[in-house]
Amino acid sequence: MMSIDLENTSLRQLSQALVTRQVSSRELTQAYLDRVQRLDATLNAFITLDPERTLRQADDADARIARAQAGPLTGIPIAHKDIFCATGWLTTCGSKMLSNFVAPYDAHVIERFNAAGTCTLGKTNMDEFAMGSSNETSFYGPVKNPWNPARVPGGSSGGSAAAVAARLAPAATATDTGGSIRQPAALCGVSGIKPTYGRVSRYGMIAYASSLDQGGVMAPCAEDLALLLNTMVGFDARDSTSIERPAEDFTAQLEQPLQGLRIGLPKPFFAGEGVSAEVQQALESALHVYRSLGAQCVTVDLPHSGLSVPVYYVLAPAEASSNLSRYDGVRYGWRAAQAQDLIDLYERSRAEGFGPEVKRRILTGSYVLSQGYYDAYYLQAQRVRRLIVEDFKAAFAHCDVILGPTAPTVAFGFNEKTSDPVQMYLSDIFTISVNLAGLPGMSIPAGFGAENLPVGLQLIGNYFDEARLLHVAHRYQQVTDWHRQVPPLARL
Amino acid sequence: MDWEVVIGIETHAQLATRSKIFSGASTRFGAEPNAQACAVDLALPGVLPVLNRQAVEHAIRFGLAVGATVAPRSVFARKNYFYPDLPKGYQISQYERPVVSGGAIRFFSAEQEKTVRLTRAHLEEDAGKSLHEDFQGRSGIDLNRAGTPLLEIVSEPDLRSAADAVAYARALHQLVIWIGICDGNMQEGSFRCDANVSVRPVGQDELGTRCEIKNLNSFRFMEKAILYEVRRQIRTLEDGGSIIQETRLYDPERDETRAMRSKEDAQDYRYFPDPDLLPVRISEDWVAQVRATLPELPADMRARFVQSYGLSAYDADLLTGSQALAQYFQTLHQLLGGDAKLCANWVCGEFLAALRRSEREVQEAPVTPQQLCDLLRRIQDGTLSGKMAKELFDVLWQEGGAVDALIAQRGLSQISDAGVLEQIIDALLAAHPAQVAEFRAGKDKVFGFFVGRAMKACAGRANPEQLNALLRQRLAG
Repeated sequence: MMSIDLENTSLRQLSQALVTRQVSSRELTQAYLDRVQRLDATLNAFITLDPERTLRQADDADARIARAQAGPLTGIPIAHKDIFCATGWLTTCGSKMLSNFVAPYDAHVIERFNAAGTCTLGKTNMDEFAMGSSNETSFYGPVKNPWNPARVPGGSSGGSAAAVAARLAPAATATDTGGSIRQPAALCGVSGIKPTYGRVSRYGMIAYASSLDQGGVMAPCAEDLALLLNTMVGFDARDSTSIERPAEDFTAQLEQPLQGLRIGLPKPFFAGEGVSAEVQQALESALHVYRSLGAQCVTVDLPHSGLSVPVYYVLAPAEASSNLSRYDGVRYGWRAAQAQDLIDLYERSRAEGFGPEVKRRILTGSYVLSQGYYDAYYLQAQRVRRLIVEDFKAAFAHCDVILGPTAPTVAFGFNEKTSDPVQMYLSDIFTISVNLAGLPGMSIPAGFGAENLPVGLQLIGNYFDEARLLHVAHRYQQVTDWHRQVPPLARL
Repeated sequence: MDWEVVIGIETHAQLATRSKIFSGASTRFGAEPNAQACAVDLALPGVLPVLNRQAVEHAIRFGLAVGATVAPRSVFARKNYFYPDLPKGYQISQYERPVVSGGAIRFFSAEQEKTVRLTRAHLEEDAGKSLHEDFQGRSGIDLNRAGTPLLEIVSEPDLRSAADAVAYARALHQLVIWIGICDGNMQEGSFRCDANVSVRPVGQDELGTRCEIKNLNSFRFMEKAILYEVRRQIRTLEDGGSIIQETRLYDPERDETRAMRSKEDAQDYRYFPDPDLLPVRISEDWVAQVRATLPELPADMRARFVQSYGLSAYDADLLTGSQALAQYFQTLHQLLGGDAKLCANWVCGEFLAALRRSEREVQEAPVTPQQLCDLLRRIQDGTLSGKMAKELFDVLWQEGGAVDALIAQRGLSQISDAGVLEQIIDALLAAHPAQVAEFRAGKDKVFGFFVGRAMKACAGRANPEQLNALLRQRLAG
């Protein structure tokens, strides 16, 4: 039926096969649905599948291809993180609170992909309201890491990362508030990019921490990401923080040489503490590759990066405590049965609808915003946030991209960090400062550690430098094949 | 002990915009419940607010009209609390950096011009409504009003009596309508006031403990509520009690205020800047553009009327009650080509009285400035007496028509022709020799008899001054 190797085909190749009618969108989509069928009982990467709806989109795409009106992504199935509202789809955000919420409208990101002619393959599992680094906070149970189902996939976009890693989908959307794209991409061995804050509209993307949330995408390689960003990025008047810029082709400079590229190596990211030996080793090898491609390395200082975790865990919960107030059981979502009165309805609906990590962050956030503590916590954190922004500005005066680890270790085991939230929070130590500064960042596969678990390499760019990040990643991927590795479990 | 009353007023003026402050839904009043609540107003997961520029422009207009500072950069903040008619669980308001700071309202109370300083005015969204009737044992939620733009205008505690408070509120009401930012409809809740009331012994600098009275949806209730609250506070203090800082609700049926919630249960609103909205930037250019479209303000117009037309402050205040009335007066004055006093007397007198009787707005008045001008001309040239003119005004109001045609038709013109009047007088004197003799013998009262008979003889159309003069002349022999 199909002569396409779903485990190792780029989006560009898939698109070519569709346009030349080597394969129909229906066949391609069905083939991915079959993979999901076979593997997702193990991985739990999807919360909702709706093959009928998916295949209708595939048929529409086929009709569009037949009319010769196909764009570069027409007919390609894509998994969407369950944080994006999609008309007619259950949209849970990984929470019992929204376990009955069928979205009546499309997020801007969904609109864009629908307009490009992609098919929604399903909605991917995630940490509840994107709060988590291991996918263990999902109401729908944790996603398993395809490289070792006893390990976490990372979070919060663990479902998207696992789906792409196991090639259940050629690509998946995701979001990143403190590392939620990059860290699971690293732990699952895929490529993921979080664009500059404001590049991708947050309209219809369920808010966790508004000033940090940014939509992005995951796929096996940087070239795929570039194609996806071409569709995903764009101004949206419905998001006041959306940034209007001229349209850009993110694939345009992929093939440029790297000669003369200045790679900044932040001292604190290489200081040793917290970074495991296997991660350290993978980084050294990657640097070797980059030097051989003509790049030069400079050391940069990010003096306040050590404060990024505490700053994040003041600001993100503060915003979350307010963002999640709308889930009150009144208009939609989980409503406690037999409430005695209004306050009882609120208390019980929220007590039943939210999991422990969400409650922890709502409590923390309410505390830091309350009278008498606001200055000491919230305002102070905002001040430090500005220092972190300044650090990056100073660093980018000396380099073009910053390179470092994405996560301190390879994927850890289930329940390993759940009893100690701070240990869990520290797994985002290298990613969080990027969100605080609003910079673009990505993670690409850079090797394997013990037990054949992937290691991710983080690249951080200056504002709006996504094209450069993708270029730097692509050149690396042309001379390495870490991104082509498929977990044994996924080889059928 | 003598007590001084201290009042500050907080006003929520609903801004006249077609769509809501952060969504595209309509702000029209009176639609079916929840028919004007879009995804943003319902606070569905994932929706975001987008600021309505028109609302900001209205705030700028207000700031300029009260001589306030319009902030080049102001910030929206979230005020967090749970209530079913507050869908997001927070209200988007302004806290530390309001769009308008300072300024003052000048108003007229007890024939005196007074000034109240304003603390600030900030933009915010309205909540929806909880409906407790009609649903047995349940409450209904109508979110049509949720997200309607409001300007909250906060005065300094500069007011010293209920009457002043009402005069201030009326002046503010007049102003927001005047500059076109609010329709002022109090029944529909477009203009709502809360009063902060305290009392202190005369001479004391420190302010007394205040209570905030809510639900003052008419000027009459505002006055009654404040009067009640002042009496209550004085009585409490004189009885040795103390005032508890609390929010009180005015009950018009029982004419009293009742405690709603005290400061102890005051919520911590956990204000913080709304990360979904960028700071509001207002350029000097924008302010200048708005300033260019600002009409002459009522206080300025009032002063001009006194100064250049020589009107009394009272008349000037009445005439500037609304832009439409002031416009009516000015058009009339222009058409007539002067005599502001005559114009003012008629507009403030017959015209306003007729408006009130028929419960109409100036724009709906059946008598146009041109018609009234024609009428006044006939007073000026002596064709009509004041009394006749009033009669004719009523005819114009009820039935319409052209002034001169009506005068001819109804034979209303005044007889100022000396020859005609002399004929009437001569006939009268000839017919009543006894009364003539009485008058000439010094009985002055008989003069009235002749005036009455003469008027009767010409159906009241005689020019009274002329008639008097001629009559005296003839009687003198």
